[in-house]
Amino acid sequence: MMDLNTIWFVLVGVLITGYAVLDGFDFGVGILHLFTENEREKRVSLNAIGPVWDGNEVWLLTAGGALFAAFPVVYATVFSGFYIALMLLLLALIMRAVSMEFRSKVDNAKWRKMWDFAFGIGSLLPPVLFGVAIGNILHGLPINEKGIFTGSFLALLNPYSILIGVLSCVMFIMHGAIYLAMKSQNEQHDRSMSVASKAWVAFVILYVISTLASIVVSPFLFEGILKNPLFWILFILMTLSIVFLPLALKLKRLSYAFISSSVVIASMIGLMAVSLFPRLVPSVTDLSYSLTVYNSSSTGRTLSTMLIVALLGMPLVILYTAFIYRVFKGKVTIDEGSC
Amino acid sequence: MDAVFLARVQFAMTAGFHFLFPPVSIGLAWLVVILEGMGWRKNNLVYQKAGKFFGKLLALTFAVGVATGIVMEFQFGTNWSEYSKFVGDIFGAPLAAEGVFAFFLESGFLGLYLFGRNRVSKGVHWFSALMVAFGSTLSAFWIIVANSWQQTPSGYIINNNRAELSSFYDAVFNPSTLPRYFHTVDAALMCGAFFVAGISAYYLLNKKHLDEARASMKVAVIFGLIVSLLEVFPFGHTHAQQVARTQPEKFAAIEGLYTTQQGAPVVLFAIPSSKPPELKASLEVPKVLSWLAFGDVNASVKGLNDFPKDEIPPLELTFISFHTMVALGMFFILVLLWALYAIYRKTLWQNRPLLKILLWSIPLPVIACQVGWMAAEVGRQPWIVYRLLKTQMAASVTVGAGEILFSIILFGLIYLALLCLYIFLLVKEVKNGPEHDLVNHTEKNNLVEA
Ligand code: HDD
Ligand code: HEM
Ligand code: HEM
Repeated sequence: MMDLNTIWFVLVGVLITGYAVLDGFDFGVGILHLFTENEREKRVSLNAIGPVWDGNEVWLLTAGGALFAAFPVVYATVFSGFYIALMLLLLALIMRAVSMEFRSKVDNAKWRKMWDFAFGIGSLLPPVLFGVAIGNILHGLPINEKGIFTGSFLALLNPYSILIGVLSCVMFIMHGAIYLAMKSQNEQHDRSMSVASKAWVAFVILYVISTLASIVVSPFLFEGILKNPLFWILFILMTLSIVFLPLALKLKRLSYAFISSSVVIASMIGLMAVSLFPRLVPSVTDLSYSLTVYNSSSTGRTLSTMLIVALLGMPLVILYTAFIYRVFKGKVTIDEGSC
Repeated sequence: MDAVFLARVQFAMTAGFHFLFPPVSIGLAWLVVILEGMGWRKNNLVYQKAGKFFGKLLALTFAVGVATGIVMEFQFGTNWSEYSKFVGDIFGAPLAAEGVFAFFLESGFLGLYLFGRNRVSKGVHWFSALMVAFGSTLSAFWIIVANSWQQTPSGYIINNNRAELSSFYDAVFNPSTLPRYFHTVDAALMCGAFFVAGISAYYLLNKKHLDEARASMKVAVIFGLIVSLLEVFPFGHTHAQQVARTQPEKFAAIEGLYTTQQGAPVVLFAIPSSKPPELKASLEVPKVLSWLAFGDVNASVKGLNDFPKDEIPPLELTFISFHTMVALGMFFILVLLWALYAIYRKTLWQNRPLLKILLWSIPLPVIACQVGWMAAEVGRQPWIVYRLLKTQMAASVTVGAGEILFSIILFGLIYLALLCLYIFLLVKEVKNGPEHDLVNHTEKNNLVEA
């Protein structure tokens, strides 16, 4: 049986995965928006995510809240350690949030251009920053015996983390391009399809390089992992969906392609979680100083109370979120309700 | 400058800025529910148009509220890491619950409300507006639980150098949660009412969109008067009584009671100064404070002289902000009573001075909210968790003054720009008015054809 600490490790992982899969395609669509010239196509891409992006972002907020509730020491250490990076992330998320609302309010080409740019940058920066952050966590942070971060912002920008940042960006471009292909028609559809295929190639190459780099940089992640059945399940799932994805694109079965890229993202996060566990944040200063699910958690009482909250709330959330997605199923139509 | 001070400046700035928008969002959401509901049930085009129009203004306000809210969610970790470690076992839970129970609801259904008008039935569409209002009101509950625990902690034990949960129920329903929740949500409803009334007044003044303006003005004035009365009594009153019992030094500071007295007076107006603590030009009503606080004209109310010098809050800011809030509360009731009377006499539509007052009152309830929070939060100083943890001990150890300064400047500039843009777009939308929508609609369709 899993203990409460492990359950919360899984739950936080699930929230992060939900966020990556859902807001991930928003980011991809936003990045592609930067390279869209045609006003009609721009409106299609905005309306493709318009009704849902805010709900998607809530997965991040809830993951943040859950991290605070379950592992406050990690919340405090990582967020204060990544201070400047986090401020940049917040800045990007602010720009993205307001640009979609502001853009359509003034009928002027320059105005729209400005907000298109803000929207694009606000969608490009977060995946890169998330990737860099995850890269740093996989790499391990300088954490001393008191559990205090002793590094600097510039040290966070090491080649390995930047590699993971690029990987994450490419992955979300692929994911977003598939989503946009589902939502759009004609040239925009065709172009999204071709971006998705190309991004897939780049993703596979980068993924192989990153895995090799991880073995070199953080050998501790791989200790004993080959004996873990969960690792093999996730690994096979991931490999199958990576292989299946281009096939689905070829056959024009876009919903399958989208499911594949979602599974790729989810199993990749799963693999990271499996290799980190029971650590949440490894320490490079000394591996024994790492923050783990046991030394940085809340009390059992809080963890069990929050489990009830999660079990009560999340099924409901999933239910109405699914309903809302169903309402907006299919190609985007530009009508009265659109922005 | 020291890092703690900067961290406080930053929190005050970001929280204060965030809280310009949620009250309007919450209040406006409920008014949209009413207007859309009347439009739907009565099949009345005027209400439908008004509802849709204010729904668009809600979307604008909501967007800025969301943008600034994201910052809040992470700020406890970035700037107050020692605080986060100390309170994490208790404080994180309401924040997470807010996401699970409320944020998903409001943001999901806002998308449905704004983009789904032609995709779902009228009933479902109205329901989505209702869920936005309900979700945002629920989100206020959980965040206020968090804040109230910090004001009047309970349901915890101190163990391992941190506060650990002993009773979830007691922590959630700590002594100040419910008084603060009702007071704050009701304040938000007032913000919504004045927002709608003010914009309706603008149309009446300019003789535009008269049907919609009259319809929404009536709703806003009646609704606004009810919530304004409730805000003072019982919500303001019980809230003040709660402070008198649970945080006596804050109570003494906001009321300007510097020496312990029996039959203490209520101060209507004064100029406070802190060195030495005294009130200048004070206008007082004897015995009323004792009566308000404890229901007995002769009750003894503790003054600041009875507390350790290093545990009393700043005096000027708390006193002035609290009194500004109360004065505004009285003003709102008077204005709305006058407006209701004018509606009854059918003179409001021509009463230009009153319409102008209503128009210029739009920001006032929001200001009342700001000064209310100022009284509550500054009045809690020097504690970050009342009588458990001092603000001085709560900031992040790894974050330097330079980094905080950088982010203060960054967010200061962004927020200034956001505020200007928000007001600019609000004014623009109001000038376009409810009908413009239909025009825009055809323009957009042309665009599709092109
Ligand atoms: C009384 C109500 C209230 C108070 C005191 C606060 N907020 Fe807030 N917040 C809201 C009421 C609200 C709201 C009404 O739910 C939102 C949604 C749209 C808006 O304008 O405000 C909001 C948005 C909002 C969001 C974005 C949610 C989304 O994407 O849908 C976050 C993450 C926060 N808030 C977090 C905070 C934190 C951490 C606070 C404490 C310091 C805080 N808020 C104070
Ligand atoms: C949105 C409405 C709020 C406003 C306008 C507001 C306002 C303020 C102000 C003005 C300060 C600075 C006080 C000082 O340093 O002298 C402050 C501090 C603080 N408040 Fe609030 N606050 C709000 C909500 C909250 C909530 C809901 C919480 C907790 C959940 C909270 C937690 C804090 C913390 C941690 C500090 C920093 C420490 C301090 O300086 O006291 N605030 N707030
Ligand atoms: C005569 C009328 C009023 C009384 C007696 C009153 C009483 C109080 C008291 C005692 C506090 C401080 C709570 C604390 O220190 O924790 C407070 C805070 C506050 N007030 Fe008022 N108030 C009145 C009117 C208003 C009005 C008209 C508004 C806004 C429209 C408002 C909005 C707020 C807000 C947002 C807070 C901060 C949150 C909180 O602590 O509840 N108040 N009020």
